[in-house]
Amino acid sequence: MGASETALAATIAGGLPSEIVGSGSKKALGRSTQSNSILDMSGFKGISLYEPDELVLEAGAGTPMSEIEKLLAKNNQQLAFEPPDYSKLLGSKKSGTLGGLIACGLSGPRRIKAGAARDHILGFSGVSGRGEIFKAGGRVVKNVTGFDLAKLMAGSYGTLVALTQITMKVLPAAATEETVVLSGLDDGRAIKAMSLAMQSSCEVSGAAHLPGAQTLLRLEGIRPSVISRRDKLRGLLKEFGAAEVLDEKQSRTQWIAVRDVHLLSGDQTHAVWKLSVTPSMGAEIVCRISKQLDAKYFFDWAGGLIWLSAPAADDASASIIRGSFDRGHATLIRAPESVRASVDVFQPQTPALAALSARVKASFDSGGVLNFGRMYRDQ
Amino acid sequence: MKMPVPDQRIIANRQRIAADLRKIAPGEGVIESPREMSVFESDGLTAYRQMPLVVVLPETTEQVSQVLAYAFENKINVVPRGAGTSLSGGALPLADGIILGLSKFNRVLDIDYDNRCCVVQPGVTNQAITQAVQHRGFYYAPDPSSQIACTIGGNVAENSGGVHCLKYGLTANNVLGIEMVLVTGEIIRLGGKHLDSDGLDLLGVITGSEGLLGVVTEVTVRILQKPETARALLIGFPTNESAGNCVADIISAGIIPGGMEMMDRPAIHAVEEFVHADYPLDVEALLIVELDGPSVEVDHLIQQVSAIAMKNTSSTLRISNTEAERLLFWSGRKAAFPAVGRISPDYLCMDGTIPRKRLPEVLSGMAELAKRYGLRVANVFHAGDGNLHPLILYDANNSDELLRAENFGADILRLCVKVGGVLTGEHGVGIEKRDLMPEMFSAIDLKQQQNLKCAFDDNGLLNPGKVFPNLHRCAELGRMHVRAGKLPFADIPRF
Repeated sequence: MGASETALAATIAGGLPSEIVGSGSKKALGRSTQSNSILDMSGFKGISLYEPDELVLEAGAGTPMSEIEKLLAKNNQQLAFEPPDYSKLLGSKKSGTLGGLIACGLSGPRRIKAGAARDHILGFSGVSGRGEIFKAGGRVVKNVTGFDLAKLMAGSYGTLVALTQITMKVLPAAATEETVVLSGLDDGRAIKAMSLAMQSSCEVSGAAHLPGAQTLLRLEGIRPSVISRRDKLRGLLKEFGAAEVLDEKQSRTQWIAVRDVHLLSGDQTHAVWKLSVTPSMGAEIVCRISKQLDAKYFFDWAGGLIWLSAPAADDASASIIRGSFDRGHATLIRAPESVRASVDVFQPQTPALAALSARVKASFDSGGVLNFGRMYRDQ
Repeated sequence: MKMPVPDQRIIANRQRIAADLRKIAPGEGVIESPREMSVFESDGLTAYRQMPLVVVLPETTEQVSQVLAYAFENKINVVPRGAGTSLSGGALPLADGIILGLSKFNRVLDIDYDNRCCVVQPGVTNQAITQAVQHRGFYYAPDPSSQIACTIGGNVAENSGGVHCLKYGLTANNVLGIEMVLVTGEIIRLGGKHLDSDGLDLLGVITGSEGLLGVVTEVTVRILQKPETARALLIGFPTNESAGNCVADIISAGIIPGGMEMMDRPAIHAVEEFVHADYPLDVEALLIVELDGPSVEVDHLIQQVSAIAMKNTSSTLRISNTEAERLLFWSGRKAAFPAVGRISPDYLCMDGTIPRKRLPEVLSGMAELAKRYGLRVANVFHAGDGNLHPLILYDANNSDELLRAENFGADILRLCVKVGGVLTGEHGVGIEKRDLMPEMFSAIDLKQQQNLKCAFDDNGLLNPGKVFPNLHRCAELGRMHVRAGKLPFADIPRF
């Protein structure tokens, strides 16, 4: 490892409000931090441990994801939550690091079957906002020793700890995959079809509905199993019309486009929102939004994840979008910095939860040294 | 076992406290007679007993909120309790503490097949969730061995596992949302039927927090469709090493079985004598590998696993051809604890996790320790995920055997940590492993965890004496940074 944890701790202990940066690929995600210095994490790189038969990999937080994915692929393994790469969406030329991925808690289409990033982090070491080096979790999957601080790191946007070393659970990659495609369904029918597929024993590992009325259902595994489940799924969904099948290569390409949000990446002038909602409510929510603004959108996670682009002006339509659902949350993933500074990028919380969240932040970083303001204006 | 010194002023006020609580939870909602409270004096870790101050059994979230607000205002400790099946003493009462039992929260509130989830109250048993949805082919995946009795609220508190969590995850991976009451009485919701809770992943850290952070009053869990088929292999090995290598080779081949369990010779013999599952008695280790999914996949994997077993010098190999046969293979493993209970007056069940490949080394280390302590040990092992359950046999009627057994257990856990493992895989720290925490964590590591505790409960009223070996005042823990005379987060309460 190229960088020193002790030196990092000393810098943080100095108390200067700082922004944590890996490769910088996700700088445009979240709010801008209120900081006057940068903690460059790119030196904490390298895979320090990889034991395929123990399903565990440990690497420096600054390790490029490409390096990790290459090594895993060589051993027919993967991070099962299907880490997305939002570089294109965010207009960045760089690709991300493990630390950035975990800090932002990003998961791809397989999240509906395999869980989220937080379900695959086993342990970490890092430096708290007090400048103390500490560790939590371990390197084994089954571990309930003490509080599960590792999960708390996922999606904390660097506001709690400057992560230096992360231990991940890895899993075998599927031998092959296919995607069953239904055509011509409106949003409501598509979500019904995806729900039926998810309720079956077909082990669907991706369920998305795209503009142009294409409904995608991915099946992964060993070939005979994929074939058997594909036939079963087609039978089950007969009422939704004839289904086509994408072969392994087409399927892979298609799901990378879904995972990395290519559909909404093009027009950089528009804001992009990510809504996590009750899956069966997806179509209705989009319908409410569409009545009020001209939005482009698609569904992932069987309807539970709505990617939506809207005009970036004013509040980027935050009030319309957040007014369209009761339970769930909407995150502003892409917008000009000025918009991200004035709009709540993350879903506003109830006073009790917001206060608890602030106390949790303070329990790691009472001085507001790490990524202050990145998630919420006053934390 | 050293517990926090009870506050005599609280104990002296017992009657008034009971009367106040009765105003919140009337009638049978408060239990105060010693005879009736005696069922609460212990949990699954029966070596320890303590009569609580008083027991309250609220029926609504509002009542839980009022009980906690009352305790908060009067600085009274609270021990949350589900069914009391904890094996680590997580629900052990305190002499000056209220037991807050959730047994009246026993309703399934909503079954939502469209969104593949159930909303249940925390006192619903683990198995009752599956029972509520199995007519549609669904089930709730985590299956701790106490599933007929343990509650989902307790499962959330302990992040419970089970034999199928290798493939389907622990409680934390199967809970979508909770409603929870903070120690102040404030009610919060995290997650729901949607995926990922917003903001910080507090749901992730509350799951497995052993009742130290709040009281869960509603849980939304993910339900799954049952796999089309499940079949099991029963494989005997001449050595622990060959069984361990077989496990590693199965995983290396890219196979994640639905369950993969191992027993050592003493466990096999105890079990066979008890349930007559027709286990081979001339082997050192026995492996049960269950494969589930579409039948073509299961058939394919059975061939692959059989080949791997033979390559690793398996001496016996049977494959279940009927559901009855599959259940027979499992019957012995599932009866392992009571079977060991038959051959010894008492036993201690340990719960370390190790990197799988260190198994032979840990087993031989354990055999050495057994000799040194003059006690027998039988091992059952969730081999797929490295979670070891050594059962230490002892007789509490022999003066020093409990102490010897506890020391033996502690040495086993030290060994687990030494080889890169952890103190507890699924039973929790509780009081049982509390004093071993420094074996795994530095003072700073523990301080950070306790700092988090302070963010939820700065007076340390929720389940004190559990998980952490030392109680600290929250004010001692946080060195507050004050810059230019200004407190950061001026609007945040200080502790």
